Amino acid sequence: MLEGIVLAHPEYVARLEGFDVLIRADKKINKVALVSGGGSGHEPAHGGFVGTGMLDAAVAGSVFTSPTPDQVLEAIKAVDTGQGVLLVIKNYTGDIMNFEMAAELAEAEGIEVATVVTNDDVAVEDSLYTTGRRGVAGTVFVHKIAGARAETGASLDEVKAIAQKVIANVRTMGVALKPCTVPAVGKPGFELSEDEMELGIGIHGEPGIERKPLQTADEIVDYLMKRILNDIEFQVGDEVAAMINGAGATPPMELYILNRRVSQILAGKGIRVFKTFVGNYMTSIDMAGASITLLKLDDELKELLLAQADTVGFKMC
Amino acid sequence: MATKSDVLDFIRIYADKMAEHRQELTDYDQAIGDGDHGINMSRGFKAVIEKLPAVYEKNIDEILKTVGMILVSTVGGASGPLYGSAFMKAGAAVKGKGELSNEDIILAFDEAVGGIQFRGKAVEGEKTILDSMIPAIKAIKASIADGKSMAEALVDGEKAAWDGVEYTKTIIATKGRASYLGERSIGHQDPGATSMAYVFQAAKEVAEKVGC
Repeated sequence: MLEGIVLAHPEYVARLEGFDVLIRADKKINKVALVSGGGSGHEPAHGGFVGTGMLDAAVAGSVFTSPTPDQVLEAIKAVDTGQGVLLVIKNYTGDIMNFEMAAELAEAEGIEVATVVTNDDVAVEDSLYTTGRRGVAGTVFVHKIAGARAETGASLDEVKAIAQKVIANVRTMGVALKPCTVPAVGKPGFELSEDEMELGIGIHGEPGIERKPLQTADEIVDYLMKRILNDIEFQVGDEVAAMINGAGATPPMELYILNRRVSQILAGKGIRVFKTFVGNYMTSIDMAGASITLLKLDDELKELLLAQADTVGFKMC
Repeated sequence: MATKSDVLDFIRIYADKMAEHRQELTDYDQAIGDGDHGINMSRGFKAVIEKLPAVYEKNIDEILKTVGMILVSTVGGASGPLYGSAFMKAGAAVKGKGELSNEDIILAFDEAVGGIQFRGKAVEGEKTILDSMIPAIKAIKASIADGKSMAEALVDGEKAAWDGVEYTKTIIATKGRASYLGERSIGHQDPGATSMAYVFQAAKEVAEKVGC
């Protein structure tokens, strides 16, 4: 797969020789570098976000399996310019352990490394009794905004701080209508009958909050938006970026139908949609489903959201 | 007591078990996790077996450390860092040893637990690998203290490990992907605790064979 990406987009990405790592095709720029990654199967995440204004490197593991520390370490070494490296990690046990080991190894080699962990999925209760919320599609906003901040020549601490600000203000919830199949396993990760849906699904097909009979697109959006809006405080006049993300096997037509209702609900609450993104950003192989992400914005986040980004999977000009 | 050839046998037998139980472990993981535990463990130990001849001449600590490093770089997921840390710490505990006394074996197990706890930030009772590992080591220590041989102690250790696996069916997962299920994780056995129980089964089989 990585070969195919590089062959299709040589102007954006190059393969780090001998590793499952994509790096920016253009020259290293003297700035804080951003490295992310995770299991494969979420394309265009994360390799599709390598480029101007977003990531400097993306590390790809096996399907739905975190990459190993040696791979992450090579990515860090390839993109570090002496300004330090920020690792953007989605909150999964495996990703955290492997990226943390890589960070320890990089620090032992004298590279300054900071980490942030995304956890935008409101379907999981965040408590002492769970691993915590999952990092899902909201991670793309962290790439975008922290990447834009790094391009301005900000320090590692400043880039980390803005990444954490995004994490504090972004919320996501998803739904699945059909499960996904990890090729090596050969059968769906969970069972879902024709007339059922799983609300609160994770990006690896992990179970959500509840399973219900299929409803209309509007009813599904009502359910997801209620959970998201209950989780973060909004006031009349607030502005948001909205992302309607496809899980892999959901046509754009359906995503736009979902977006119609998202916009209606936000308008009803007096929340202004500053910018909308509709498409496949963080997929789950062949899952039919979608997620809704809201990022609450302030002036600083708005400016960085609109800053130039030029990658295979995300463009802002 | 364990010689270098016992340690190598243990690694080979465990690798065979991971290949043999690949689907079983994957099925347990599909029920409450992300369904790749058997796939990842068998891939990792296949790589271990391929690279093992390169360290035949080394001391036991180097062999264990190498196994750990291969696992960390080939398994991925959560089990790579966990099993990798366990083998690396066990190796560090027996530095320079050409053969292991019972005290060395117990120290290696203890350090392996420490490595897993540091990396996974888990404690007993969270439906993890530790729930078969800690009881097994406790049982081995108790049996040795009672004057039993290591072969007998490993029989007790394996039994305690499987009891631990059974126990994981009764508790809620609070670590790893299974924690997303909350109460729905009850009734399922933990795949990590299961693959760890096979560690003690493999060790027992080696001890039976050499009769130590």
